[in-house]
Amino acid sequence: MVPKNGAPAVTVICGHYGAGKTNVAVNLAIASRRTGRATYLADVDIVNPYFRAADAAEMLRREGVEPLIPLFANSNVDIPALPPLLTSLIEGCGNEKIVVDVGGDDGAVVLGRYAEAIRRRGYEMICVVNRFRPLTASPEDAVEGTREIEAASGLRVTGIVNNSSLGEETSPEDILGSVPYAEEIARLLEVPLVGHAFIPEITGDLSEDRRFTGLTLIPMKRATKSLF
Amino acid sequence: MKGNEAIAEAAINAGCLYYFGYPITPQTEISEYMAKRMPKVGGLCLQAESEISAINMTMGAAASGARAMTSSSSPGISLKSEGISYIAGCDLPCLIVNVQRGGPGLGGIQPSQSDYYQATRGVGHGDLRLIVLAPSSVQEMASLTAEAFDLADTYRMPAMLLADGALGQMMEPVDFSLFEKREVPEKEWAANGHGGKRKKNIVNSLFIDPQELENSVMKRYERYKIVEQKEVKYEEYMTDDADIVLVAFGITARICKSAIAAVRKDGIKAGLLRPITLWPFPKKEIGALADRAKAFLTVEMNMGQMVDDVRLAVNGKKPVDLYTRTGGMIPSVDEVEEKIRAMAASL
Repeated sequence: MVPKNGAPAVTVICGHYGAGKTNVAVNLAIASRRTGRATYLADVDIVNPYFRAADAAEMLRREGVEPLIPLFANSNVDIPALPPLLTSLIEGCGNEKIVVDVGGDDGAVVLGRYAEAIRRRGYEMICVVNRFRPLTASPEDAVEGTREIEAASGLRVTGIVNNSSLGEETSPEDILGSVPYAEEIARLLEVPLVGHAFIPEITGDLSEDRRFTGLTLIPMKRATKSLF
Repeated sequence: MKGNEAIAEAAINAGCLYYFGYPITPQTEISEYMAKRMPKVGGLCLQAESEISAINMTMGAAASGARAMTSSSSPGISLKSEGISYIAGCDLPCLIVNVQRGGPGLGGIQPSQSDYYQATRGVGHGDLRLIVLAPSSVQEMASLTAEAFDLADTYRMPAMLLADGALGQMMEPVDFSLFEKREVPEKEWAANGHGGKRKKNIVNSLFIDPQELENSVMKRYERYKIVEQKEVKYEEYMTDDADIVLVAFGITARICKSAIAAVRKDGIKAGLLRPITLWPFPKKEIGALADRAKAFLTVEMNMGQMVDDVRLAVNGKKPVDLYTRTGGMIPSVDEVEEKIRAMAASL
């Protein structure tokens, strides 16, 4: 069942709501597709009414990533009906990558339905953390939230991505200041810190900033469009 | 943070220790945040068995002199309307938050501004007003929440924060210290236990004698008059030389600003007046602009509700046009831009 290129078939992106999971998931799916691997992005957010991966469907398709969207996402029907193709994919045995964008906090409960198949298939579960979210502002609170997500989903977090951001007002200093926060969460959870996400359009290219030397940086594109 | 969370945190910062809610999209994060934070600050977050219970619990807490609030979204506010009328009739200060969604009926869960009439005209039976504040950013979700409590306490009347789903769900940075704190009067009327040391305070909206009821309503309207004189809030954006003045509140005003900036590049002189208080409405200010501008355009996420107030303020001096989307649809910057260009072409 181990995919040919060694990377796990399923990548679950979870975290506190508003941590920036969708942006990370969309960018990760595009990066996976660019390696030549067939990639699906499953939006299984059943708690958030709007601002979700479904909004990025057009961008994903342009990049060759197939979005799997809850049947009634962004409509007025508040029903968390997930697409049947997702079950087929997770229970299948192809070489494709399935990136699963989970709803915030206990939105992860939806994973319970797939947990057994995901475990069988091989997975990584990346928890996205954001120091500027009030309920996860301390490493201890972030860890507590992560444990709740693990309990709800029946899966273990295998790594964290630091996505500490203040939206359009994010500065390189904000990200730099969040490095010890992310490192402490990784230490407490005993999982690797995958890297520090940033949007070059907002902060500029941090890879050219010497203060970030030695840190793993994850440059991202904006996945959601502003209303105004 | 999220707009809904900003409301909750700002309320706690303002000393609100009693929150009564009932979940409904797109405002449930307020309840969720309160449930997590209130126990940590010694406050109470109670999920009531219904919206009606929640508003009446809010009334009880407010009657004891505490800062209390409830929140809901459009259909839930309709359910609360009886309680809101009782609160107004009892002269009690409290905060009611409406994170609007599409209507009428069960409507939908996408953002809307179609409760303008309800908030400014008919939120409950009887002669009554609410102070209605319309934030247009996550920052204002916080600062106007703080201000709403002060206003409510100052004038002994309920205040409403009229937001919409987009503002509730979107994320922007917030500074909680950014609001004008005011001195508020002592609540000598509070029914919080006289301990045998003073006269009983009675909180009540029932008057057996019609003359007494008329007197109490008239006294309340004297207070409303002061609110109308002193508490009008609005923002003007590029109105100095504007030929076309847009009037929009909340999230729609943000969209209008982008459209104005775009048409200005082509020499079209457009500006915006954004009412921040929907009641009291900036009548005088719009009236003054009507002497200088050539035309008005109201942009709303409903079939045209605030436009009535704009027309009353303009008083026939200039034409007032309307651009609306409804049912959860949000006007795009392009749509508003196109509308302004069409108006400019026919000036």
